[in-house]
Amino acid sequence: MGKTITIDPVTRIEGHAKITLQTDEHGEVSNAYFHVTQFRGFEKFCEGRPFYEMPYLMERICGICPVSHLLASAKACDALLAVRVPPASMKLRRILNLAQILQSHALSFFYLSAPDLLLGMDADPKERNLFGVMRNNPELGRGGIRLRQFGQQIIETLAGKRIHPGWVVPGGVNEPLTVQKRDFLLAGIPEAIQIILKTLRWFKKTMESFREEIRTFANFPTLFMGLVTPDGRPGYYDGAIRFTDSFGKIVADNLSPAHYPEFLGEAVEPFTFTKFPYYLPFGYPDGIYRVGPLARLNLVDRCGTPLAQQEWVEFRALERHSVLSSFHYHYARLIEILFCLEHIEEFLNDPEILSTHVRSTASLNNLEGVGAAEAPRGTLIHHYRVDEQGLITWANLIIATNHNNLAMNRGILQAARHFVRSDKLTEGMLNRVEAVIRAFDPCLSCSTHADGHLPLHIRLLAPDGTLLDETKRPS
Amino acid sequence: MSKPTLATIWLDGCSGCHMSFLDIDERILQLDELADIVCSPIVDRKTFPDAIDITLVEGSVSTNEDEHKILLLRSRTRTLVALGDCAVTGNVPAMRNVFPLSSLFNRAYVETATHNPQTPTENLPTLLKRARPIHEIVPVDIFVPGCPPSADTIFTVLTDLLAGRVPDIAALTRFGA
Repeated sequence: MGKTITIDPVTRIEGHAKITLQTDEHGEVSNAYFHVTQFRGFEKFCEGRPFYEMPYLMERICGICPVSHLLASAKACDALLAVRVPPASMKLRRILNLAQILQSHALSFFYLSAPDLLLGMDADPKERNLFGVMRNNPELGRGGIRLRQFGQQIIETLAGKRIHPGWVVPGGVNEPLTVQKRDFLLAGIPEAIQIILKTLRWFKKTMESFREEIRTFANFPTLFMGLVTPDGRPGYYDGAIRFTDSFGKIVADNLSPAHYPEFLGEAVEPFTFTKFPYYLPFGYPDGIYRVGPLARLNLVDRCGTPLAQQEWVEFRALERHSVLSSFHYHYARLIEILFCLEHIEEFLNDPEILSTHVRSTASLNNLEGVGAAEAPRGTLIHHYRVDEQGLITWANLIIATNHNNLAMNRGILQAARHFVRSDKLTEGMLNRVEAVIRAFDPCLSCSTHADGHLPLHIRLLAPDGTLLDETKRPS
Repeated sequence: MSKPTLATIWLDGCSGCHMSFLDIDERILQLDELADIVCSPIVDRKTFPDAIDITLVEGSVSTNEDEHKILLLRSRTRTLVALGDCAVTGNVPAMRNVFPLSSLFNRAYVETATHNPQTPTENLPTLLKRARPIHEIVPVDIFVPGCPPSADTIFTVLTDLLAGRVPDIAALTRFGA
């Protein structure tokens, strides 16, 4: 018999969620649950629609990473057509993917988490937002706005629109890149690189004030999963799936995303609309693994671009083997921003990027197709079956954020056990539990392909139901 | 004199309209001068004040909790703005409406699950039979269609409303924009 503490809603994340903590008779947290409270049913309601609608329908799963779904979906459609997209088009799609990761990471770091990192976890909730960041460190805030803007401008320039764009089609993209657009984008790179380098310098100093959080924010051994290229660099748009363990040893390598049912299972729990993917050979829940920036930097053998490579080496030196603390998702995110900028610059400087041959055409050649790409938050898989007319009969989506579901649940339990100790609740304690979730940067619209705000009201009850303490978030 | 108050909220949406709002980039600092953002997913102030001047609502009404939120907000808001096609017409979330709920849950939680298949219900909101646009539940003052409406549109609508002008929506945006 214990007490239940509810944090509802979790703020400064994308999507709808609440957290409940259960305590035992001694006042120690015994269980923690991360409830995602939205469901839409994309996997079913796409039935009967022509497959070539899927990229534009599926990107509307999410307003933060529509491009990730657009690309994974287009790749599944490429498989239905049985085409290889032309090389220039592959590079253009890659730039789009990198720009998406850039803007999404900038949103996560500067708009959603920087308030905690700059002002402190215990700062006044009224200040703990982007405006508070701007007041206390305008350079950091403006830099963040600029980085997100630049990523969005790249997407807008290539694809016509920042959010829910077209342009990417089954078989390639529908318009080549002009010289003017290419030059416009190239011109923005140097400033953006300066901003992220400055931010990395600031962050590496700031990390020192968060030793306790580093120790306790989902800091435990798990597997790591992501796409890597044949020569061991981050895959992002393409590649094969690799799993490594917390010692940095490769557990499985060169797995084709199209064969995902052989190594990925999905479990359901009654308390959340998000499912729980797990590494099938290890069973549930031992097959716990993490994806996204922390995982990607743990998995690869090298980064591949000069400045990011240096930062990556320094990052890996944090621990002897894999970097395990989920607090370091923030650090990894910054390094990925740097990598994206350098890599985008490389592609823009490639003369082939201006080629006018950007689309392969074919009609339906397969009745089943799988497409995978790295979204900002991890590996995303779209799997479609169609009938002879090309109408969708079945769809399964494995969503980036969901891969981290087991780790997020275990992570909030770990942090809550450490920080939630006395019979007196404090706001900063609750904020820290939420901050664990923020470190993962979950995309909950995605994960429930299936906010508004209720007042946050925590009640601490004794085993017999008497009210011990009560706290309300100030308005 | 205190600034007018602005709230933003997402119901059953994809957050794209909120991201488009953030696409006003540095103009968000201008907005901060013009209005007090009292409640929004990007700030930690979470309780609705008793009186809000302008509330932007993204997303359709899909669960009993969404319904509760929109009723509460309507009663406390002077100008309620339905932001984006999901709020205005139902749009993508409403695509589930032709399917029975059981078939949606079955596809997500039974057919594609390899462990513990079941429909989650613990401590979770109940889905309404149909996802509905905002105006089917409460009266709406301003409709801003678009998927999402552009950042320029959202900024113009906000600055117009804050200056006491009625924005010319048809000149700014349309369904599917």
